[in-house]
Amino acid sequence: MSRRALVGLLVLLALAALLPFLLSNYRVFQLTLVLVYAIALLGLNMLTGYNGQVSLGHGAFYAIGAYCAAILMDRWGVPYWATLPVAGAVCLVAGFLFGLPALRLEGLYLALATFALGVSLPQLLKYNHLEEWTGGVQGIVIIKPEAPFGLPVNADQWLYFFTLAVTIAMFVVGRNLLHGRIGRAMVAIRDNPVAAQAMGVNTALYKSLTFGVSAMYTGVAGALGAIAVQFVAPDSFNIFLSLTLLIGIVVGGLASISGAVFGAFFIQFVPNIADAISKAAPWAIFGVFLIVFVYLMPGGIAGAVQMASAKLMRKSSQSETGGAKQPVTPKEVVP
Amino acid sequence: MTRGTMEALMHQVLAGLATGGIYASLALALVMIYQATHLVNFAQGEMAMFCTYIAWSFLNAGFGYLPAFLLTVAFGFVLGVVIERVVIRPVERAPVLSVVVVFIGLLVILNSLAGWIYTYTIKPFPSPFPEALANPLMSPHELGSILVTLVVLTLLFLFFRFTPLGLAMRAAAQNPESSRLVGIRVGWMLALGWGLASAIGAVAGMMIAPVVYLDPNMMGGILLYAFAAALLGGIDSPGGAVFGGFLVGVLENVLGAFVIGNELKLAVALVLIIGVLVVRPSGLFGRVHVSRV
Amino acid sequence: MALLDVKGLHASYGATRVLHGLDFSLDEGSITTLLGANGAGKTTTLRALCAMVKTAGDIRFGGEPIGARATEDIVRMGIAHVPDGRGTFANLTTEENLRLGAYTRKDRQAVEADLERMYGYFPRLRERRAQQAGTLSGGEQQMLAVSRALMLRPRLLLLDEPSFGLAPLVVKELFGILRTVNEKEKVSMLLVEQNAAMALDLADRAYLLETGRVVLSGSSRDIQGDDAVRRSYLGY
Repeated sequence: MSRRALVGLLVLLALAALLPFLLSNYRVFQLTLVLVYAIALLGLNMLTGYNGQVSLGHGAFYAIGAYCAAILMDRWGVPYWATLPVAGAVCLVAGFLFGLPALRLEGLYLALATFALGVSLPQLLKYNHLEEWTGGVQGIVIIKPEAPFGLPVNADQWLYFFTLAVTIAMFVVGRNLLHGRIGRAMVAIRDNPVAAQAMGVNTALYKSLTFGVSAMYTGVAGALGAIAVQFVAPDSFNIFLSLTLLIGIVVGGLASISGAVFGAFFIQFVPNIADAISKAAPWAIFGVFLIVFVYLMPGGIAGAVQMASAKLMRKSSQSETGGAKQPVTPKEVVP
Repeated sequence: MTRGTMEALMHQVLAGLATGGIYASLALALVMIYQATHLVNFAQGEMAMFCTYIAWSFLNAGFGYLPAFLLTVAFGFVLGVVIERVVIRPVERAPVLSVVVVFIGLLVILNSLAGWIYTYTIKPFPSPFPEALANPLMSPHELGSILVTLVVLTLLFLFFRFTPLGLAMRAAAQNPESSRLVGIRVGWMLALGWGLASAIGAVAGMMIAPVVYLDPNMMGGILLYAFAAALLGGIDSPGGAVFGGFLVGVLENVLGAFVIGNELKLAVALVLIIGVLVVRPSGLFGRVHVSRV
Repeated sequence: MALLDVKGLHASYGATRVLHGLDFSLDEGSITTLLGANGAGKTTTLRALCAMVKTAGDIRFGGEPIGARATEDIVRMGIAHVPDGRGTFANLTTEENLRLGAYTRKDRQAVEADLERMYGYFPRLRERRAQQAGTLSGGEQQMLAVSRALMLRPRLLLLDEPSFGLAPLVVKELFGILRTVNEKEKVSMLLVEQNAAMALDLADRAYLLETGRVVLSGSSRDIQGDDAVRRSYLGY
């Protein structure tokens, strides 16, 4: 990453660290959710943006992570921070297992199968034989953790910082993954699976692993989300959650790490603004944005930012190369 | 098996055929679009739902059932044509993700438009079938639905088999290049196909609404069953889609009543879909595709 | 007047230019043949006439420029194309294939009469009228393709390698019917062929193409009679 980009990032992080002390608790809660979504979107983006496997059912992994956290905390009193690795591991396995039969499904068929997963999940969660675990239709309520060691921050602020730390960690790991050999292999599989295979990439293994890792990220996000919202219930995890995540990566920018952050802001705040107009408005706006972005801005916000900053770079006479906020992604952004 | 169980089974099978007819209609609509474009219309359910709300508007405005029905079918047809020409045509050759995203956008816009205009309060929707159709085995609506489905399917079959336009549409779907060489305007055939598929969806929506009540989210589960039916029958086989629809309807009812209970019905659809895709992607009657490298 | 007049025809597949300024013409009522080796651009020429590839240049049919029109409109002007590979609608029946040939026509009675005429030319098609066209043999599919094109009652028939993959006797039979159709129904024909001998027997005029250019032209009798040309250009 260029010096300029690194400085920019540090400024952003400093800002992020200061914000909870400047804003109301509710806003802090909203920003926590932005971070949660960012992790989930990074997960989905790995699978769909970088690896080309379209998933319309990632809400299911979010839900699994959320329910893991809720069940562990509520039934077994597991501390909140310990639920994250468990949620991650469960989703890693679940994702990998789902990815195995999905290997045989291309493009539209995979979209169809994941769509079916997303639509049928709430019913599974409401199933009365599992009610003992899942709390059935009413779901499970969990208690927000207090700041440890008597630190001078309130519960919302603490959760924000905790989430921020997790987000940074997961983004760093994700970035190294995606910018290295593995990321290049994923993109190669997306763009030309046969050629990738011919060059010795074990396509099947990579695709299943990508599914697993992608599910893991989304699952961890789900767990954090559950802790923040303090509540899980089947109807919060319907197909619209999966579609929300899809919108997040399309608008934010496919095959882009910063896109996950842009997308997260979009899906968290647009509904709030649009709700003022009408209950139906957020989704109408989402739908329009989806179609408009496919036609006009296939690179999403991240792509637009990249293009804009590239233009600025050309205008300034400096010889320093590299992108502005985020490093250039391995392959041209292609929807 | 006791007489009582026999009758109960009979009733479930017949009720299953009634809903199966609706799945068959939607599955047929999906297959029609898939055959012509190799695209799965994820928005099929919402298009049908939206048309059903239009029907509700006509009924609310004082129209009789039959005029409202016919006007809605016409509206559905036009809706399909417009969507194909305006929204889908630009992305027909685009990469998979772009196409899926556009379909999802359409799905979501139609869903929220319905919610916006008509609110999310559940509304009852009338069944046009008179009590005269009542019999010990099925409700008037179940019998009526089956009859309507059969009429629609028969009309479609006759249209495609025996009219020049139907022939041209089949040709355009199978072999667009050769179709151009005989003067068929392939683009308009596609639009017509979408129009017909949408009109079929409108009929399906009007048949199911009295049972599940009119609500913007009413078609989600039903669309899932239609997908399962289309895949089971063979995504490029119209006959297979129809067969699949009736089969799925009967399975849903019989399994739901006697085996797994009503709560996991959608999960059954999910398992069916994944099962077919993994074990035999071409379905019962479809063609096996070998993609050349 | 020439029925078809082509000047400076360029055509490309994507970025690759295949035709480099072809000039040729075809008189009403004649059979003209385009000869050349594989890759000479013969098929591309026919496709260019039907707007199936990107073209530049001047193409006039019956005096009207057709370069900017869509395939479906060119068909309606009376040009029928029997494509490379026959273009059969494999999942439709033989009769459905034939009826599609007449899709743009409005004269129902005449269409039925033409259908009977096609069955007259090719009795084997009548036997297989209700059969799926994809199950017909190569020769039968070729006859079907030609008949389908003739169902349009075209002024100009474009034929792309009709002899391909057919036994010599079958080719002779087919070409005999083409000669009859040309004489009795005044259908002009542009025939693309690799089999130069048979093509020259059928045609009145010939053009030889090499890498997208015309290198030789003349009446087929002249070309057949010129040993040097035959040996060096046509290989026999």
